[in-house]
Amino acid sequence: MTPAALLVVLVGLALVGYVLGKSRALATVGGNRGIRNLHSLPSYYGALTALWCAVPALVVLGAWGAFQDTIIIKLVTAHMPAAVQSLPESQLGLVINDVHNVVAGNVSFDNARPEIRAAAREYIEIRSIARYALTALVLAIGIVGMVLVRGRISPEFRARNAVERIVEWALIGCSLIAVLTTIGIILSVAFEAARFFGKVPWYQFIFGLEWSPQTAIRADQVGSSGSFGAVPLFAGTALISGIAMVIAVPIGLFSAIYLAEYAHRNFRAWTKPFLEVLAGIPTVVYGFFAALTVGPLLRSWGEALGLQVASESALAAGLVMGIMIVPFVSSLADDMITAVPQALRDGAYALGATKSETIKQVVVRAALPGIVGGVLLAISRAIGETMIVVMAAGLAANLTANPFEAVTTVTVQIVTLLVGDQEFDSPKTLAAFALGLVLFLVTLALNVLALHIVKKYREQYE
Amino acid sequence: MSDPVTRPPLVTPPATSARRTPKETQARVALSLRRRYWSELRFRAYGLSAVLLGIVFVVFLFGTIFMKGASSFRQTYISLDVFYDPAIIDPNNTHKAEDIANADYQAIVRASLRARFPAVESRKDIRDLTRIVSGGASFDLRKRVLNTAGLVGQRETLWLLASDDVDMLMKGHIGRGTAADPGPLGENQLVWFDQLVKSNALELRFNKTFFTHGDSREPEQAGVWGAVMGSLFTLAITLVLSFPIGVAAAIYLEEFALKNRWTDLIEVNINNLAAVPSIVFGLLGLAVFIGFFGMPRSAPLVGALVLTLLTLPTIIIASRAALKGVPPSIREAALGMGASKIQMVTHHVLPLAMPGMLTGTIIGMARALGETAPLLMIGMVAFIVDVPKSVTDPATVLPVQVFLWSDSPERAFVERTSGAIIVLLGFLVVMNATAVVLRNKFERRW
Repeated sequence: MTPAALLVVLVGLALVGYVLGKSRALATVGGNRGIRNLHSLPSYYGALTALWCAVPALVVLGAWGAFQDTIIIKLVTAHMPAAVQSLPESQLGLVINDVHNVVAGNVSFDNARPEIRAAAREYIEIRSIARYALTALVLAIGIVGMVLVRGRISPEFRARNAVERIVEWALIGCSLIAVLTTIGIILSVAFEAARFFGKVPWYQFIFGLEWSPQTAIRADQVGSSGSFGAVPLFAGTALISGIAMVIAVPIGLFSAIYLAEYAHRNFRAWTKPFLEVLAGIPTVVYGFFAALTVGPLLRSWGEALGLQVASESALAAGLVMGIMIVPFVSSLADDMITAVPQALRDGAYALGATKSETIKQVVVRAALPGIVGGVLLAISRAIGETMIVVMAAGLAANLTANPFEAVTTVTVQIVTLLVGDQEFDSPKTLAAFALGLVLFLVTLALNVLALHIVKKYREQYE
Repeated sequence: MSDPVTRPPLVTPPATSARRTPKETQARVALSLRRRYWSELRFRAYGLSAVLLGIVFVVFLFGTIFMKGASSFRQTYISLDVFYDPAIIDPNNTHKAEDIANADYQAIVRASLRARFPAVESRKDIRDLTRIVSGGASFDLRKRVLNTAGLVGQRETLWLLASDDVDMLMKGHIGRGTAADPGPLGENQLVWFDQLVKSNALELRFNKTFFTHGDSREPEQAGVWGAVMGSLFTLAITLVLSFPIGVAAAIYLEEFALKNRWTDLIEVNINNLAAVPSIVFGLLGLAVFIGFFGMPRSAPLVGALVLTLLTLPTIIIASRAALKGVPPSIREAALGMGASKIQMVTHHVLPLAMPGMLTGTIIGMARALGETAPLLMIGMVAFIVDVPKSVTDPATVLPVQVFLWSDSPERAFVERTSGAIIVLLGFLVVMNATAVVLRNKFERRW
């Protein structure tokens, strides 16, 4: 049976288990009239039977699915000619890929080389044996689980507690996925980055001033050994994020202050959602806007003023990124400002301060830690933003502070290095993971700091 | 905010005021008041202009996109008399479907065009003439012949898809070109264009292709349907995975977990994950799902797994907020009636918190729908013509389609890109509106 069909059968088996467990529980107390003699409701007996029938079998099925291919490939390669087995790892990978293609039917048997044909045949044979074994094993586990639980059912059996314990473990498991994700990110990125630093020294990466990741395809090619100095990328990221923050912080802060302190209730009710629309627009839309509207616009304005503006200038990307971040800054600032107790404002008014003086000298100062936290979060978002810069900023790694020139960023380089076909162990590909590691660590540090500040601030007035 | 040192004091210090007469003080205060009211007004103007600037941004953004994209929903068609010549379609008179399917339909289009413009003689002119009709027209003809019995040997007047250059000229997106800078259309093509317009044989009609076809290298044959299906597959799996897991995690953290360092760690971790750049999730997907587990590239399944991890924090945070909103008295009452903790949660707390959780989930899904960067990492950027039929078929999603088209040099793709953005924004509006309605309808204040 194919795994999908097996899954359906297993679900059916679990349903049978539910019915059997429930009826068994009722039978032990003599039908519906004796139901109060049962420890738990009958459905719990059914549920427990079903769970014991399905869960262990599912675990086996999942593990089998995850490892089947690896194991079969190991067996198949062991039988391949010695010449194939002694190939270096990357070429062996290509051979295995060929085998997979033949097995999947993408390449017909007749077109394949003889050794691959033999391997594919063996693969299919082992797989069909494995499927029989799997079907037998899974069904056996399911039936045994069902029978065992059913045998233990008696009026005193605490089925509800047993079911609830399983459910509770499932809940714990779900909450662990978030932790596993973090560990997964750290491990996967750090592991590949470590391989990169095995090929390129870390100081060259962090302090190098030249970035040209094109490595030679042939060994005798000239001038394309690849250099991985990431400083231009860091500078470009800082430049674009800086421009974005110059746009986003004043506009976001002032609009939050105006809406929270000055605006009429109706005005606020209409404008706030309107501005929040900006937060819901996909970044690819901003990228399109930056590349096809803002970029050319700035270029023509620059020409009118006699300035040289690149069509993929840092300014266009930063400007649009700033617009994107405005609602982010303003909604956080709004939270912080409304959290300032009214008593502080009243105190300032009582001393004769005007409204703007109260805001400038009391409200904003009281809310400052929270606002700083919000701005840090916004910076972290600007650094990690990808689509706007991919579409509107250039690929050229210029080390410049001129916003009219094209610069490139960390995220742009990750995308360009990893999109398209690539081999997994060239420094070019691995460099993307090293950049990813830097990106992750920097944003993580900013987030931890910012969330800590914001949390401390919230507690202050609660 | 001005510097505290240079800021003028609000009240004049007593040491100097002691020597002044009350009148002098009054004059000084009146003067400073004027300055202070001015600065008040200025500050207020800054705030208002910031808000207005934001509104202008929104209007400008939507305005440009709708102006560029609205015309993509209409497409230029050419009216031609088509003769289904048996000599071309079925030269051996076999009546077999496969022979009819393999016939040279381009030749039929060419013949119809020559019948329309009999004066065209030279090979080059004929080639130019065929270029005003899209290459997709012959596929449409083939489909029509295969689906309609008894067409061979008949004549009919059909509206055929025009090429993208003709379409752009019809919509006024490109000029006719000058002697120095000729446009994409040649001189004789412009003459034919004018003749066709004059005889009402060119018409803008609803662009069905855009909503029924997959991607194509030819703008006039490119549609968003493949990307829409890819998005639907991806989002469906994302929803199926992230909603139960997110809700379960929130229930555990809010209702069961003890307050200790371990749960603190999980909480900090979830908050941080919500702020990790999405591209990092793409790196995770590439290294783990594709590199380690060997899952297929470009598949909606892998995309959905990545997006699940990406949206989980959002859903968990929203679900926890919804659970927090259920008053403790409900829990105490349930426990007091003898419910177990799980019964209390599933029978009482969960139904009350469900609207809030659903709202959070819809917002998370909207975010997932607009996400592009992580999907680029796992190879969902391939050029895929076919509409995906299952979750493991190579596919692309709407935002990635926008990205791909925005890279294309043809003028007509700018319009398509904006059109695809409008479709994407349409979906987002529907989702967010659903969330708002849900919130307003079911939100309870305790």
